[in-house]
This record gives sequence, structure tokens and C-alpha cells, in this order.
Amino acid sequence: MVDATTNPTNTGLTTADGKPLKAALAHAQARSRRRAFLLVLPLLLFIVITFIVPIGQMLKRSVYNDGFTVQRNLTTGEKTPIMVNLAKWFDENPAGTEPDEAAFAALVEDLKQLKELRAAGQAGTRINYELSGSRSLFTQGARKAKKLQPPYKEALLELNPKWNDPKLWQVMRSASSNFTGTFFLAATDRTRDADGNIQSVEENRQIYLKLFWRTLKLSVLITVLTLILAYPIAHLLATLPLRYSNLLMIFVLLPFWTSLLVRTTSWMILLQSQGVLNDAMVAMGLISDGNRIQMMYNQTGTVIAMTHILLPFMVLPLYSVMRPINPSYVRAARSLGATSWTAFRRIYFPQTVPGIAAGGLLVFILAVGYYITPALVGGSDGTLISNLIAFHMQKSLNWSMAAALASLLLGGILILYWLYDRLVGIDNLKLG
Amino acid sequence: MAMTDSGAAFVEFDRVQKSYDGETLVVKDLNLQIAKGEFVTMLGPSGSGKTTCLMMLAGFETATHGEIRLGGVSINDIPPHKRGIGMVFQSYALFPHMTVGENLSFPLEVRGMGKSEREEKVKRALDMVQMGDFALRRPAQLSGGQQQRIALARALVFEPQVVLMDEPLGALDKQLREHMQFEIKHLHESLGITVVYVTHDQSEALTMSDRVAVFENGRIQQLAPPADLYERPENSFVAQFIGENNKLPGTVVALDGDNSKTEGKIATVKLEDGATCEALAVKCGGPGSKTLVSIRPERVSVSAEPGPNSTTAQVLELIYLGDHIRCRLNVHGNDEFVVKVPNAAGHKHLVVGETTQVTWDAEDARALDPL
Ligand SMILES: Nc1ncnc2c1ncn2[C@@H]1O[C@H](COP(=O)(O)OP(=O)(O)O)[C@@H](O)[C@H]1O
Ligand SMILES: [Mg+2]
Repeated sequence: MVDATTNPTNTGLTTADGKPLKAALAHAQARSRRRAFLLVLPLLLFIVITFIVPIGQMLKRSVYNDGFTVQRNLTTGEKTPIMVNLAKWFDENPAGTEPDEAAFAALVEDLKQLKELRAAGQAGTRINYELSGSRSLFTQGARKAKKLQPPYKEALLELNPKWNDPKLWQVMRSASSNFTGTFFLAATDRTRDADGNIQSVEENRQIYLKLFWRTLKLSVLITVLTLILAYPIAHLLATLPLRYSNLLMIFVLLPFWTSLLVRTTSWMILLQSQGVLNDAMVAMGLISDGNRIQMMYNQTGTVIAMTHILLPFMVLPLYSVMRPINPSYVRAARSLGATSWTAFRRIYFPQTVPGIAAGGLLVFILAVGYYITPALVGGSDGTLISNLIAFHMQKSLNWSMAAALASLLLGGILILYWLYDRLVGIDNLKLG
Repeated sequence: MAMTDSGAAFVEFDRVQKSYDGETLVVKDLNLQIAKGEFVTMLGPSGSGKTTCLMMLAGFETATHGEIRLGGVSINDIPPHKRGIGMVFQSYALFPHMTVGENLSFPLEVRGMGKSEREEKVKRALDMVQMGDFALRRPAQLSGGQQQRIALARALVFEPQVVLMDEPLGALDKQLREHMQFEIKHLHESLGITVVYVTHDQSEALTMSDRVAVFENGRIQQLAPPADLYERPENSFVAQFIGENNKLPGTVVALDGDNSKTEGKIATVKLEDGATCEALAVKCGGPGSKTLVSIRPERVSVSAEPGPNSTTAQVLELIYLGDHIRCRLNVHGNDEFVVKVPNAAGHKHLVVGETTQVTWDAEDARALDPL
């Protein structure tokens, strides 16, 4: 784009009464622009309030957690700083310093405050995110803090030797600052050791990377499957006479009109080991009763059900690209000597690429973030990353972790979008 | 070049019928022989089955009945890409994702031609349509006329023996259309290819073709060189469809077998207003049968000379057209009777409302089938 400000050879045209043309034009258009802005204002506010702000909050939460620094009184909403003495000690002593008597004294002082505020659980939970077993350590410590006598180090260690764990001190140090990258580290199966160096967690405790990888793999598979299934249907829809294609279109859109839960449940009825499909195969003698095929509560179930559910999102963009392709292109290619396969490959297919890209992008993005279907039919090895995000939101209540995972997902999709724009061009996107 | 002997026919439709729905025949009993190097036009109103015939020849539709032969060989079972027939579509069908050069190179590529040979042929074909500088453009960057030329060049680049064109100039404005008519005709003559051309524009058909097949309702009504078609229409449909015609419905009262001048007989026709006139019997029954007498406007003269077809006429409207004056008259009760009075020195000046005398030769009035 070249506009007046970047164009040094501004010709400086003026109106009849000598005003610069640009200014006159801007003035003339200002009114209609203001009115247009007022018209979109409600939508803008709606999007800001319901979309931009929550996403901003989520991004913030993934790197911000004040569970170890502030206590909120749930009834009055009053905020009280906690763990202040310990934070002061951390400030005065660089990372890696062996905790001395002063450190333990600060800790005990803070534990006493936790007991008063009944905030031991909250603070413990924050540490527990990174070092499991710490929550009970804090609740126990807070309960007994009042009775402890100096020297505090020995007293605390006598209460529970875990208080000497260098890893614990490293975690408390990082938690005493609100901003932290530990959730992102944890979301990629990495952690800091006692000296603060980043390292991968042990092989058998890696879950997130494995799940990201599985989500990616299954989403690609589902995208490819929907493409293979949707391409011929979309072609048929685009070339059939209108009265037949309308009927077929209804069949394609039918899944849209039934509730997602109903569709998923019907797949469960069909696919489970005592389900319709297995019963039929047993009845026909294809498989024995003891060897019923497990198609549900694993990846197979997730792939089958999601392919079906996401199919229309592939059909519609393909259809909208194929419909305007004049059949005379293929006829021309045939009359010029191309076999039907060559005509398809060289003439028809290239013209449908924008639809493939749009449908692929849409299905992939939807699949990556899909939650309900894998939760219902995925079992343990068919769940996706979004199910884990939901787990952290609802069960473990580790919202920062959920936010970090969701942010990674969002980042991945944005990268994909950017790649798409570079390769195909967003203006070529045809969504139906 | 007119064809009569089917043995020498290069393209031949032999009793071809076509139905899309199994209920109605879109093409009814089509027999057409086209000689090598001939330019034959299928002319007819929209929906008369012209495109269907072309599609059957190109291989995109199958004939429901009958045989289509190319060079004496039946091509009914040969797929389109093996027929070697070039085709120009009304929408041009230039591949939008390829450049002009790639479009032209496509038919050569699928024939497995080497790169250097391809480039040479593409260049020659582009030069042939005066588009040598446009090889790297995309079709969307060309004007309608330029796209038309490229479509033509693409249909010719692989040197097919037959080229089919389905209303190729339909999307162009009048001036460009006339220019392209000339160019297509010129290419046809210089390359010696056989062309089957479809149009619904009669002036296009008359100016370009060696022979014209007039279609109506899936049937060829007349197949003749343009001059014959205009001057000797064989039935009322052709007479009405080609050029302008005055119609006088009536009943044959007598056929005169002794008339020595003409190949047909002279019929005496009683018109609807009770008067009688004489006309050349072309396609009417014997005495007592209904007929439609059709006379070209330029064959009627305004004069007082007595004759069998001399009658009074009332002037209803005059339109000055420079080289001639178009008069609308009431003749034998027909209000739409048109006469073209040449703007020659000393021609008769008519006045609206006056009554005058018009006359025409019996041979110029053709007694045809009633509509
Ligand atoms: N693919 C088709 N399916 C069904 N009917 C068709 C098809 N193509 C043409 N027709 C019908 O056949 C008749 C002749 O059509 P067409 O050959 O295209 O006529 P023209 O080219 O002379 O205008 C029309 O009545 C049209 O509706
Ligand atoms: Mg047509």
C-alpha cells in the first residue's frame, strides 16, 4: 500500500478554494465514517468484552500467578500480601544460597500468618503445582507454626525433613514472584532443577508433549480423512442438477441440525464392543463373539466420530469453490487431448486448491481444539490436548497450567494461519 | 463444395437421434454430411439442439440412436480425447490458472511433444492470431476479444482436422464480432480445416459459411448455401427465420402446370380478403390446401403497372433509412406488409395515408407450408 504519508512525491492537488484535496476528501468522508463506526460499535464492544478481554486474561494467567504472594478474602474481597518475610530473604540472597536460620525464621513467621489467614492450602497448592506433596507440607507447617521454638531450622526439619529439599526452595523462590515461566515449561514437559537449570522431566512422566503430538497427529489424520471423503461428495453436489444436489446438500447438512451430543452418542451405540456394528459382524460370522473389535474408547473412536462431525466443514468450502467451476474447462481439456485423469489433475484439481486449503485449515483448527467428542468416545488414549486443558480447568483447578496449554495451542494455530497466508493467501480463503 | 455424395463425406451424421430424458427427442433424425475443408454452420433459435449436435460430435454426449462418422470411421465409441477435434467454447474455457502460453502448450504436452517443438508451435499459433506478445499473461488479464483469439489459437495449435465452434462470438460487441468473423473465415481458408460452427445469428451464418443448416426443434429444416437459403427458402420456418418476409395466408385454388418459365408450378392462391394472387408453388398441397405466400420486401415494387399480383395498398408508416425507405403498408388486409423503396433518382415519394399500387412477380412469391 502506498499512501500519502509514505509517498514523497505528493502532488499537492487542491480544491477550487485552495484546500488540499486530501484534507477536503477526509473531511467529506468523516461523517459517513463516524456513522459506520457507530453501527459496528455494539459488535466491537461485544467482541472486546467476550473475546479479546478473556483471551488477554488467559494469556496473562499463563505467566502470572499470585497464589504464593497474595491472599484474597472471599467475603470482603480484601487482598493481603503473604509470604512477605520469605520474599524479602529471597531478595537479599541470590539464587542457590543455602537456606540459613534467617530463612527458616522468615518461613515460620510467614507460616504463622498463613494459619491466621487460613491461606496455607492456597500457598501450598501453588507450590504443589511444581512439586507434588507440598500442599500437605504447608498445611501441616502452618498448623504447627505457633508452637515452634528457635532454632527454627532444626524445629521445622524435625517436623518434616522435606523442608530441607533444595528443589522446594527453588520452587518457593520462583513462586514468590508473580510472573513465572514455569507453567509454560511444565506445559512442554520441562522443569527447573534445584539450581534453576531447565531440563526435561523423566520419560515416563512426560504427558503434555505426548498429548500435543497425538493431537497434531490425529488432527492431521482427521483432516486428510475428511478431505478424501468430502472431495467426491462436494464434486457431486457441484455438478448434479439443482434438484438432486439440494437433496444431497440436506443430507450433508443433516449432522448440523442434530445436537453434537446426540451424534456422538449414536456413534457410541454403533461402535462399542456390544454395539450395532460388532453385533452385526458377529451375527454374520465375520468375527467370533470373543474377538469383538474395540472401536470405541480409543483413538479409533475419536477419529471415526470426529471425521463424521467435521465432514460438513470440509464439504462446504470445497463445494463453494467447485460450484462456479465451469464444466467446459474439463471438456476443453478433454477435447484438447487429455485423458479424464489428466484433465482432473491438471485442470480441475488446481482450481479447487483454495477450497482444499480453506476446508483443511477449518477442519484442522476445529479438530485441534475439539473437546466434547474425544472426552466421550476417546477413552484414555483417544483424548486430546483440549481434554487436558479442561481437566486443569475443572478438576485440578490449575488455571495457569490450563492457560499455558491453551496459549501454546493458540500460538500453534496462529503459526499455521500465518503459513497458510504465505502459501495460499488469506484472500483466497473461501469458506462457503 | 456442396455435398451430396455420402461416400466423400468427412464428417457425417447418419440418422442421429438424441434424448436426454427418454421422453423427448432433442435431436430428431439428423442426417448431415460435411466435406473436408467445408465451413458448415448450424443456425437456429435457442434450444433447437445445435449445441447437442456439437457435443455429440465432440464426444461429450452420446447419440441415443444413429452413427456419427469422422473420415468414414464411426466415432460413437471413441472417447473425446482421442477424436482429435478442436473445440472453441462460448465461454472460451481458457484455463484460469495457466498463462496463455501454458494454455496453448497444454494440448501439445498431453500429446507428449518435446519442449522446443512445443514452444515453436505455440509461438506460431499465437502469431497466427496476432497475439505473439501475450504468452505470459493470464486469461483474466485479457479483453474478451483477446481471450477469443487465444481460444481459437488453442483449438488450432494441435492441428486438428475438424474444429467445432459453439457461438464463439456470442459474448463480443458488434464491431469486434464482425472483425472476428472475418478473421475466422480467413483462418479457415488459409488452413483448409473443416469447421462446424454454431450460431443463432443469421447474418453471421450467412457471411461465413459454405453451407448453413437451419435447425428447428431438433430437425434440419433446410441445408443450403447462404444465397439459396435467402432466395429460395423451402419452408415457412426458414423464410421467416432468415431475413425479413411478408406473409399472406391463403388457400390454393388452382395449380397451373403449363407455365414454361419456372421449375415449379405457378399456383393461384385465394387470400383471406377474397382476392387472388399467383405464387410459385414450393411447399404447398394441391388445390384446396392451406398455404402461406411469402414475399421478400425488396422484391415488391411500388408502381401502377398492371399484373396478376398488382393490388392497392394503403401507406401506414414510412421510415427513412438513407439508402432506402422502409414503408409499412396494408396489403390484402395485412397491416405488417413491408416494402423497401430504393432511394434512387426519381423514385416515387409516398405520403402516409395515401393509397398506392404495389406489384411483384409470381416467381418472387413463394407458396409455402402454412405455419
Ligand atoms: N444436459 C442436458 N440435460 C437435459 N436437457 C438438456 C441438456 N442439454 C440441453 N438440453 C435440452 O436440449 C434442448 C436443446 O438444447 P441445446 O442443444 O443446448 O440447444 P441450442 O444449443 O440450440 O440452444 C433444450 O431444450 C435443452 O433444454
Ligand atoms: Mg447452445
